[in-house]
Amino acid sequence: MHDKLATTLEDDLTTRIAQTGAKGVLIDISALEIVDSFIGRMLDNIASVSRILDADTVVCGMRPAVAITLVELGLSLSGVRTALNVERGMELIRSRLDRDGGADAGFET
Amino acid sequence: MQVSKRETCPIVVDEHVVMVRQKVRSLAIEAGLSLVDQTKIVTAASELARNTIIHGKGGHVIMELVRNGARNGVRLSFEDSGPGIADIDQAMRDGFTTGKGMGLGLGGSKRLSNEFSIESTPGQGTRVTILRWK
Repeated sequence: MHDKLATTLEDDLTTRIAQTGAKGVLIDISALEIVDSFIGRMLDNIASVSRILDADTVVCGMRPAVAITLVELGLSLSGVRTALNVERGMELIRSRLDRDGGADAGFET
Repeated sequence: MQVSKRETCPIVVDEHVVMVRQKVRSLAIEAGLSLVDQTKIVTAASELARNTIIHGKGGHVIMELVRNGARNGVRLSFEDSGPGIADIDQAMRDGFTTGKGMGLGLGGSKRLSNEFSIESTPGQGTRVTILRWK
């Protein structure tokens, strides 16, 4: 992924959360062959901003080689919730909505 | 150490970072690196290429397929003629940055490589060389 594309994603996503009132953001990164500190920071930023806008972010589908590399690089993505795949990511977001009694929540994918 | 292949790529605009990642990936595959090691050197290359643009004000990378006896490896030298680094120890430290990044680029790419060296002369530029063996 291109640097500018990553920044655009961050902006677009934040705007959409505000517009739609989405309670959950699921980011599938299974297509990413690497996550460097730039993309890592973007994921962290999205998670922080969406939390402030009352939406949960779950990053899912990270390739094992990418996870190993990320930790060695020094990035733990501590502010980001992760799931192995899309199904588990959705479960995570749903369980949070159930807990909050957010039956009226809309999903935006 | 023998060099069996050498290629140079400019690093001036963001698009070059993507190009460097792709070229390093093919070289790593050619050297027979495992998927994890490919990912490590491509990630390190991405960090260093971005440093070349942001801190070095642009430069280039020399990408080589090297061989030492029966061992294959990928060696990358990122060179710029930017402002240079006055205090290398400080620049290597995690969390230190003069830009807007996270300060993981230099330390992180060292951890992701088997060999790492950095030479810098203030006012003249910086060269960072990394090597990953199969």
